[in-house]
Amino acid sequence: MSGRIFPAKAGMGRKVEGRALTAKDGFSARYDLDRVRGTFSRPEHKLAGESYVGRVLVLDAAKGGVATAWMLHEMKARGVMPAALVLNAVNPIMVQGAALADFTMISGFDLDITQAIPNGAMVEVDPTGPHPFIRLMAPG
Amino acid sequence: MKLTDEEEALRAGHFGPAAQWAIEHQIKVGDYLGAADLVPVSQAHIMADTESLGVAGVEWLERMARLPVEQRRVRIPTISDPRGTDFAAAHRLKQQAWMLDLEQRAIAAFEALGVLMTNTCINYQTIMPPVLGEHVAYGDTGVVIYSNSVCGARSNFEGGPSALSAGITGRTPRYGYHLDERRMATLVVNVGWTPRELNDWGDLGGIVGRLAGDYWQVPAIVGIERIPGSDEMKHFGAAMASYGSVALFHMVGVTPEAQRIGDVLAPGGAVRRFEVGMADVRTFQEGYAKAIDSVDVVVFSAPQLSLVEIAQVAGLLDGRRATIPLLVVTSLQVKPDADRMGLTARIEGAGASVLSGMCFYQSYAREMAEANGWKRLATNSAKLTNILGGYGYQPALMSMAACIDAACNGGRI
Repeated sequence: MSGRIFPAKAGMGRKVEGRALTAKDGFSARYDLDRVRGTFSRPEHKLAGESYVGRVLVLDAAKGGVATAWMLHEMKARGVMPAALVLNAVNPIMVQGAALADFTMISGFDLDITQAIPNGAMVEVDPTGPHPFIRLMAPG
Repeated sequence: MKLTDEEEALRAGHFGPAAQWAIEHQIKVGDYLGAADLVPVSQAHIMADTESLGVAGVEWLERMARLPVEQRRVRIPTISDPRGTDFAAAHRLKQQAWMLDLEQRAIAAFEALGVLMTNTCINYQTIMPPVLGEHVAYGDTGVVIYSNSVCGARSNFEGGPSALSAGITGRTPRYGYHLDERRMATLVVNVGWTPRELNDWGDLGGIVGRLAGDYWQVPAIVGIERIPGSDEMKHFGAAMASYGSVALFHMVGVTPEAQRIGDVLAPGGAVRRFEVGMADVRTFQEGYAKAIDSVDVVVFSAPQLSLVEIAQVAGLLDGRRATIPLLVVTSLQVKPDADRMGLTARIEGAGASVLSGMCFYQSYAREMAEANGWKRLATNSAKLTNILGGYGYQPALMSMAACIDAACNGGRI
């Protein structure tokens, strides 16, 4: 296995690979997304207009309200969802939402993960072992 | 996580599949967030509007609701957050039949689970405020931050699935704001100006939320020159939670855990320090008003209005007439009082609509905008302002009086 590995403090879900969609900004399904079109819709968000479908979202911190706890499950049921969520800081809502949806998420790094993973890079996210991590496979 | 014998029995399925799912969910969440065990809670509060649930979420609830009655009922008082409509006003809002059908199905499922359908985000003003030290499992960030900060209760943000789990098991993972050490301040904000209007309180809350940055930060506010009222604290906390994902703040000399700043500073602990003044608040407000000279709709919501706010709206509308849609959203508990006291008649007589049991942003805000041609919106709620950008609105954040002036002047601001 090649590529730099960034260990996370916690993780849940399955191992996935995908192309990173990275920004130094927050994440809330209600505040930031057009969940029908599968795009970031809040104009102030650094990813405004970008499609998140199938991407590994690499963002700073969980934001906003409690709706995401249901919304990840709803997004997954329609198949309009990211491949995984990688965050510097989670809030309980993201954890609860990922738990309900059986969604891949890791969080908590020794560095700012949004600076370490370039936008567009191919990455592997593996939360399955005792030491969850994101691996930079190709810089994109 | 350490489990009691009863919790092991729940996990083993001895209380049925709903309780088994609930405690497995709690263990998964607790393990992720470092909980050592579960803590008994006395109340739960569930956010579950159908825009969030979707068809998949409603079907999930319906499967649980079909279990035998002894296997599906919540075991502690469990209440609900606002729904996605006021059925009596749905046609005026141009909500569609499928939305109402989904709402009815969700309500029926929750009732089968034994949830008390209070449909409110101001339960701390109207239902049963928690008391100092009480462990609860509340959804709605505004409810959590008010209960933690103003009442001194102990809750994390409990999204719908977790709040329902807590209702079913009567406990929740012990992490975050259930722990003494997590309740100490991590930043101190010296405020050089005490807000006057509700929107000013929301603005200040939004600024502090942005400074805090994430859920695990606890601001201590210093320098507020008078004791704020419940509505002021409501807007302050709701905005802080919205902008910063903050679940607990202290206001020195005001909130129960911070009579002195030393009460909430860990010995030897480092805190970040900030200064915030009136100029910062004005800059924050202007950020939402620039480039808008008129609005299509005025909304008072998020949080639902108290009876006192309803009376303020009625007073500001007396002798005037709204010439664009003006929506005044309150709780099912406040509305009968407003009706009985003639406040609803005064507001609706001036051309506005009083809605209850819903919240604007939880009611298919994007679809309402498209159906009604609403794009530019005025409100005095900083929380609503923060949310609606993602739904395609251009929000303007103004005082209640300025909002009503706009509504009575064809939307001009």
